[in-house]
Amino acid sequence: MNFIALKMLVGDRAKYLGIVMGLTFASLLLTQQSGIFVGLMSRTFGFLTDTSLPDIWVMDEKVQYVDDVKPLQDTELYRVRGVQGVEWAVPLYKGLLRARLDNGNFQSCNVIGLDDATLIGGPPIMVKGALADLRRSDGVIVDEVGANDKLAKVLPDGRRVPLQIGDMLELNDHRAVVVGICRVTRSFQSQPSVYTTYSRATIFAPRERKLLSFILAKAKPGENLQAVCERINKTTGLAAYPRDQFVKLTLDYFMKYTGIPINFGMSVVLGFIIGTAIAGQTFYNFTLDNLRYFGTLKAMGAGNGKLLRMIILQALTVGAIGFGLGVGAACVFGAASANSELAFRLPWQVLALTAGAVLLICVGSALLSIWKVITLEPAIVFRS
Amino acid sequence: MRSSQELKKMNMNIPKQNDVAVKCTGLRKTFGEGTAAVQALRGVDLEVRTGELMMLVGPSGCGKTTLISIIAGILDQSQGECVVFGHDFRRMSQSQKTRYRGESIGFVFQAYNLIPTLTAAENASVPLLVRGENRRKANDRAREVLQQVGFNERMMLSLPTQLSGGQQQRVAIARALMHNPKLIVCDEPTSALDHETGQSVMELLRNVALHDSRALVVVTHDARIFGFADRIAKLDDGHVERIVNSAAELNENRK
Repeated sequence: MNFIALKMLVGDRAKYLGIVMGLTFASLLLTQQSGIFVGLMSRTFGFLTDTSLPDIWVMDEKVQYVDDVKPLQDTELYRVRGVQGVEWAVPLYKGLLRARLDNGNFQSCNVIGLDDATLIGGPPIMVKGALADLRRSDGVIVDEVGANDKLAKVLPDGRRVPLQIGDMLELNDHRAVVVGICRVTRSFQSQPSVYTTYSRATIFAPRERKLLSFILAKAKPGENLQAVCERINKTTGLAAYPRDQFVKLTLDYFMKYTGIPINFGMSVVLGFIIGTAIAGQTFYNFTLDNLRYFGTLKAMGAGNGKLLRMIILQALTVGAIGFGLGVGAACVFGAASANSELAFRLPWQVLALTAGAVLLICVGSALLSIWKVITLEPAIVFRS
Repeated sequence: MRSSQELKKMNMNIPKQNDVAVKCTGLRKTFGEGTAAVQALRGVDLEVRTGELMMLVGPSGCGKTTLISIIAGILDQSQGECVVFGHDFRRMSQSQKTRYRGESIGFVFQAYNLIPTLTAAENASVPLLVRGENRRKANDRAREVLQQVGFNERMMLSLPTQLSGGQQQRVAIARALMHNPKLIVCDEPTSALDHETGQSVMELLRNVALHDSRALVVVTHDARIFGFADRIAKLDDGHVERIVNSAAELNENRK
């Protein structure tokens, strides 16, 4: 019977392709939009995952997400270092500073100042130069994408030449020399990242009473991370989060206070509705067209259970093909948009969500058809 | 209508008529309710024996198709009794009836009802696949039966749309014979065919499908095939008007 079901399905090419296309479209839209959403959201905490060495982030209690910097007094660093269970703690500067380009334009940059002694919190991958080169006079490390695009030099003929080691930048009226090119996760606002030492960053930054953005800390081996965080909070009055918790805090902020989830959610729901409408209607029409043959099978002794299995098999087959094609197309899209401004990530949860949605569409479509077939009078076979 | 001697002369199969295959008593069927009720059958009494080809004839709307549907177990009667090879359908559940149809009844339809995306051999093998036989076994049996109805290898691999009407009806007959049913019901098997093809289809039904332990019930309008029947039941207005043994007898009564 499975054989008959599949031959019936693929035999009607136009309808078969219509159903598959509907499901492919739905899968593509669901996967692609969810993938972009996840990609975009992951950029909000990309800086945190890039900074892997410390396991505790200490900050002002009012900080809501990673870019919401509320500066601390430098003395807070020493208080954190004094908390029981903390192995080490280093300062980190993070702020938006203006860079003046060769052609006179200005570009906001995400400047990160690392602890002068240890350079903890540096970029995960160095493309050119070395992290230690930051110790050279006026040294900064620029991220690859920023160097190639927003911070690139523009020649008189309009050509853009990527920023190279040895090139100079003007950061907030201070001279900075490029000593390395790094690769980091793109930020949510897409500003170029510029790494330097903490002391130099505080020189670049406008004069403020407090300049310490975060304190990066490491718990002693065997210490409970959460307990150390609570101890820091209790001792210093500062907020301290394990990295994953800070990631969640950042993510929750963007989910709650930006319209991004709603906008992408709308696209996903639209994809689901259109997919359901196209695939569901075509599948139902396919069943209606084959009602005479289902009736014939029923007359010949096929019970409702067998017919139900046939329809479910047909629905699952088109569902699996549509899902495969849709996800495949989304992957091609993802591969094509890699290393571009477009954010796209495809974790297994997105695939599971899409598979669930496609399954729902198939089951919904099949249910209508099943009802029609189950209530079918086999006597229709004698009507010409 | 030809006599037995005439059928013998034509080299037609004349099986021995034995037991009662189908017995309908006081069969009534009403569609709808109240003022919209339509009485399709108004007390039909009919007996079909094994080895017999019984034709049900009559004008449109006389209840032929309703009667054959009840005999085939795909429609429930409102009143009366219909016993097929000792099985009273009223005493059977829907699933028992479905199983019984799959085991004991073969169908030949006016519009053939071949699944358009299956080849002739695959279409013929459907009754065995419905019963859960494996594909290879069903395919072997389908080839065997299709050979009996005159199909060659190439035709067996053809889709219904690549076959003529007569060839499609042969596939339908092969399909009806696949599982060796005790009863074959045919609804207007020749109405979509020209005279010559209709005759050959009936010869096939008579020579291949009919035998001592099987009965054939054929609903038809086509007077040109009355000669293939052992008996003809003429229906009118929901009841059997008369049962005759030959077309000549039917025509005489009409005069």
